[in-house]
Amino acid sequence: MTDLTFLPDRTALEAVGLGVKYRRRGWALRDCAFRLPAGRVCALVGPNGAGKSTLLALAAGLRRPDAGRLRVFGGEPADPGVRPRVAYVGQDKPLYPSFTVADTFRMGHELNPGRWDQGVAERLVRAGDIPLDARVGTLSGGQRTRVALALALGKRPGLLLLDEPMSDLDPLVRHEMMAALMAEAAERATTVVLASHVLTELEGACDYLLMVADGRVRLAGEVEDLLSAHRLVMGRYEGEGVPREFATHQVVEARARGRQFTALLRTDGPVAGDWQVSEPSLEEMVLAHLRAPAAPALIAPSAEPRPGFRREVEAA
Amino acid sequence: MRVVEFRIDRRSGVATYLQIVQQVKQALRLGLLTPGDKLPTAKEVVAATAINPNTVLKAYRELDREGLVEARPGLGTFVRRSLARPGAAAGSPLRVELGAWMERARAAGLDREDVAALVASVLEESYGSPEQTGDRPAGDRPLHDTAHATHDATHEAGHPAGAR
Repeated sequence: MTDLTFLPDRTALEAVGLGVKYRRRGWALRDCAFRLPAGRVCALVGPNGAGKSTLLALAAGLRRPDAGRLRVFGGEPADPGVRPRVAYVGQDKPLYPSFTVADTFRMGHELNPGRWDQGVAERLVRAGDIPLDARVGTLSGGQRTRVALALALGKRPGLLLLDEPMSDLDPLVRHEMMAALMAEAAERATTVVLASHVLTELEGACDYLLMVADGRVRLAGEVEDLLSAHRLVMGRYEGEGVPREFATHQVVEARARGRQFTALLRTDGPVAGDWQVSEPSLEEMVLAHLRAPAAPALIAPSAEPRPGFRREVEAA
Repeated sequence: MRVVEFRIDRRSGVATYLQIVQQVKQALRLGLLTPGDKLPTAKEVVAATAINPNTVLKAYRELDREGLVEARPGLGTFVRRSLARPGAAAGSPLRVELGAWMERARAAGLDREDVAALVASVLEESYGSPEQTGDRPAGDRPLHDTAHATHDATHEAGHPAGAR
């Protein structure tokens, strides 16, 4: 196991001009364009109502876009050739309450002929001391989450879509589930998209980031590339507005507290002047962008949809 | 058999892959890892730490580049050379002397932080600041260029999933 899990040339998800319109709320997603290379573990972040769940539902083939296109492994999400390779765990984790855990896995086996891995699914529930003959309806929220994840991983998907999967788990179980996910990613080079509010749980686990806000893509790319494009600067400043030496950079967010001045910059070369400069954490970078909705989007080259696909969509 | 276990501190501000690099080096210095030992696989590390597998592989590649470990395809990553110095081992004269010095410092009323500050300042006098000597990732070294170049070529060609 010496090769990286990601394959820069292969694409798991790709969107151009993607839009979804709800009758009452208007556009949930608008003109979204991005690419997610295969084998990445991608954090999908953004405020409530930003369009995260809508995006996952599109990728799972549960909804059709109202504008533009989204491709999964080069095909339509609902294609019979694509669907078996995608597993989706929604926020409400639908399971049959009257089924036992064993029944649930038998259903997984029946619905995924030739793919189902009983061992993976059973290992995950055994590690949580859940008896196979327990009825799903009698399990706690955290235990149900474990069964839902086991059902998804038992499918051995190429793409695993998780919508706020860890929200009802205690910290120990959350760590265990994340570790199981990462082990799966390491072994099978599974592409994972993980929508979550808990930024600290994503840091370290995710190597790719997709941030949506107001239905648009704000940040997309390899976490490392995005972080190294930004600098957190701190220092003493009492002048008006933004210090002049920042003029060559793009100021994402600036805040003054008394004499102390803090800013997140998208830097172009080194920062001049007497400032304490550091690379932001994932959390700092995302929070600054959430507080500054007017800051321009940053799409890393690896996250740009390929020109061929773009032409294809635009011609249609 | 797992020889080392990594401890990842997400709040430390040190990149995760560098924490692994530093911990392997520390284990090599202390003799916890010796030539021929197998490092845990990426899957074993992530199953324990819940970090991204690519981070582990990046750390191992950095150690490979520095000539400390080598990847044997299909077998794993193995320690090539040790960083242990006989002079630093338990029971060595230097360590005994330092122990005696610490006892005198404690007797003189210095607390842990005083001693740490004193050691850091003498360390800097003798060895220079860490930026000049430290643990930053080294540039390419001619000795291992070839091995590394092959690696990269494999990735660029996008060969089927390596991580198994």
